[in-house]
Amino acid sequence: MEVQFVLNKKQVKVDVGPDAVLLNVLRELGCKSVKCGCETTNCGLCTVWIDGKSRLSCSVLAVSVGGHEITTLEGVEEEAAEFGRFLAEEGAEQCGFCSPGFIMNVLAMVRELEDPGIEEIKEYLAGNLCRCTGYMGQMRAIEKYLAYRKEARG
Amino acid sequence: MSMERTEKLRVVNHPAAKVDAEALVTGRAVYTNDLAPADCLIVKIVRSPHAHALIKEIDTSRAEAVPGIECVLTYKDCPQKRFTLAGQTYPEPSPYDRLILDQRVRFVGDAAAIVAGTSEEAVKKAMKLVKIKYEVLEPVLDFRKAKDNPILVHPEDNWRSLCSVGADNNRNLCAHDVCGAGDVDAVLKSCDYVVDRVYHTKANQQTMMETFRTYTYLDAYGRLNVVSSTQVPFHVRRILGHALDIPKHKIRVIKPRIGGGFGAKQTSVSEVYPAFVTWKTGKPAKIIYTREEAMTASSPRHEMEMHVRVGADKEGKIRAIDLHTLSNTGAYGEHGPTTVGLSGHKSIPLYGSPEAFRFEYDVVYTNVMSAGAYRGYGATQGIFAVESAVNELAQTLGMDPTVLREKNMVREGMVMPAYYGETTKSCALDRCMARAKEMIGWDEKYPCRDMGNGKVRGVGVAMAMQGSGISHVDTGTAAIKVNDDGYYSLMIGATDMGTGCDTILTQMAAECLDCDMSDILVHGVDTDVSPYDCGSYASSTTYVTGMAVVKTCETLRKKICERGAEYLGCSAEDVEFDGQKVTNLKTGESITRKELGNKVMSFNNEPLSASEAFSSPTSPPPFMVGMAEVEIDKETGVPELIDYVAVVDCGTVVNPSLARVQVEGGIAQGIGMALYEDIVYNKKGKTYSNSFMQYKIPSRLDVGTIRVEFESSYEPTGPFGAKSIGEIVINTPSPAISNAIQNAVGVIIRELPMTAEKIYRGMQEER
Repeated sequence: MEVQFVLNKKQVKVDVGPDAVLLNVLRELGCKSVKCGCETTNCGLCTVWIDGKSRLSCSVLAVSVGGHEITTLEGVEEEAAEFGRFLAEEGAEQCGFCSPGFIMNVLAMVRELEDPGIEEIKEYLAGNLCRCTGYMGQMRAIEKYLAYRKEARG
Repeated sequence: MSMERTEKLRVVNHPAAKVDAEALVTGRAVYTNDLAPADCLIVKIVRSPHAHALIKEIDTSRAEAVPGIECVLTYKDCPQKRFTLAGQTYPEPSPYDRLILDQRVRFVGDAAAIVAGTSEEAVKKAMKLVKIKYEVLEPVLDFRKAKDNPILVHPEDNWRSLCSVGADNNRNLCAHDVCGAGDVDAVLKSCDYVVDRVYHTKANQQTMMETFRTYTYLDAYGRLNVVSSTQVPFHVRRILGHALDIPKHKIRVIKPRIGGGFGAKQTSVSEVYPAFVTWKTGKPAKIIYTREEAMTASSPRHEMEMHVRVGADKEGKIRAIDLHTLSNTGAYGEHGPTTVGLSGHKSIPLYGSPEAFRFEYDVVYTNVMSAGAYRGYGATQGIFAVESAVNELAQTLGMDPTVLREKNMVREGMVMPAYYGETTKSCALDRCMARAKEMIGWDEKYPCRDMGNGKVRGVGVAMAMQGSGISHVDTGTAAIKVNDDGYYSLMIGATDMGTGCDTILTQMAAECLDCDMSDILVHGVDTDVSPYDCGSYASSTTYVTGMAVVKTCETLRKKICERGAEYLGCSAEDVEFDGQKVTNLKTGESITRKELGNKVMSFNNEPLSASEAFSSPTSPPPFMVGMAEVEIDKETGVPELIDYVAVVDCGTVVNPSLARVQVEGGIAQGIGMALYEDIVYNKKGKTYSNSFMQYKIPSRLDVGTIRVEFESSYEPTGPFGAKSIGEIVINTPSPAISNAIQNAVGVIIRELPMTAEKIYRGMQEER
């Protein structure tokens, strides 16, 4: 089946089976940042944006995204690198395998929430599992990034 | 004292971002599956539905007829020499009890056939068409009844144990030993108080986010190239040589970036399958474990049951410790004989030199998933048992458990009879305890506070230790060469699995060579070009490979001086190298590193490079104290972790930000073990815990606040005074949280995980 959608601001057209999962289609299109960690929608590694909202690409059929706008980490590379520097300062990217999905959700969060508190941040990101860091370093990075953004905006 | 020795450090002991950070945070294609060629055959495993069975008939014809199927391999196709998948130095203590595929299957999930084809769909279809007739046998599922059971897990004649670890396949024994000092029974008899208890820790999954995965291909020389997410590339080379029964020089192993390991990838879980397919077909092949496979056919922590007796006098002086450990290695013996040793050798020495100790163990085969290496490697289990027993002893004595420990803990300069008689040359455990008490407010909070809303908060404590590499065994090698423009290449065989060893070893080299980290390129592992390293496990990299880097840099500095002197036309005694240039101290004349690097590329007969190895006769332990504050709902028993403080002595902290994250991450994993994680089997030996739906690892809502500080000693045998950090950090949560529950509601949980149900039942019994 032919599906057309916008991937990282570029129009793409792919021929996929009716059971093709978006995660695999995106990887085949070269978006290797999109990772699979669990297959059961528990880990958040495969997080991408569909029309600007975080979604788990492992549980989205590729045929269902026709006409929609998909964004992966490759599409927000500069912003990812900017937040990534805060993450790396804390050593909180560690193995890095969960970083793309986590960063996508962090960047979605800063678009959606105004001045979130710690509990709000934890709730928002609860679906992004990480086995390396124990989450504390990620939180330090987020707090510093939010402070930096606030200052940058004046 | 350690301050003076470390305050002049310029790069080491300072935070630095990981050298691969940018690639990781921007999602570059750097992991195994990102790099695999698109034309790889897809490899999948048909797995046994039975815990114990013999394959009577196996018909692959219909599966092979599926379009796109390249091959279906069965036990009939496999070499018949047994080997182990354990990534250990040869000769491995783990028994040679594996074949790539065996006629006998030994757990639900054991490999029965390999299917390879051009697409996932074809392979999945073919897997259903492999017809296997099993003769179903009775399994051994209770590890307490495994030893000398008439049902044998490994009755085969060609089972072999290469080391004298007390293994006997005719008794379902993977290992047995007993050691001690003094007459433990007599001393216990004369003690005023003896605590006599049994503790049970379950198998746990490492659940690194990147599951097991490997791809393989033949190169221009007809050699088998293996790109794999592994902690032990050099061991994998040997293991594949054994498994495929081909010469080791035919194999090259490359380690790209790894999405976490935690010990899981110290076992060669996935490599043999695509390697076998590529060797048979000549075509590239890859296997990507699903999460379900990684939960059901992998290398989890050894389940252990530990019988502890601790005796003390009225004043609380601990006089004797007796520990018997029963360890369940499952269907195969990977890491079975070695993990169990740590359950005693890294728990009893926390109490220095008691009058007597005894440590005895049995490791048994059963028909459940084979166990392996998991961060802590047996120490985690043993420390839960011994630390819990000490907490029970404190209750018996009516004594604050921190005070009991202050009376008995190991201190710097003490001999540890249960730690191979080694003396602690560096130990700040006393300072760790004092600081942890301050941080959590122990004296105000102990034992508990009723919050007035049906909830009560208790605090709990535990100590821990680990080693730094395996003494007399682990070997690390580093090599550094000077390139044009004078930049350095640092070659290591240690495997960065996200932990940051590429970074901290670069820091050490930059410190030694008086240069910036950016002057040094670090190269990941390729067994064809990297210097030998046993790999990253046993908390060895910082200490063992770190010392190899320091030694290599010392040698290189000497060579740079000699070469500089030669070019300057003076004696090597008259020059000094400041990292940027070699200067003739008599004339002031100098040659820069850049000039030197370029000059050795012309009319040169001697490479400007150095390589040194390091292996240690000792394994200096890091120490730590963990304290937990846990809130219990008195109505439901639900525990909530409020606060966790950890104070760690890992010697000099090489990179404070990376070390901190190691501690926080290890504690979170330990919290998972303590409160949530359990591999549950049904009566037929099938595990229910086959996904993240059933096997819950902590999310960021489940770990409370984790606060970490360091109290550094200075290890004289380590690089810049450093010891290990990676494993010790998982050891305190289970006993500390248990103690907090004990202090909050008086319930003592002796079997992990400590669920609300167990706490609730305990509270009901109390009433």
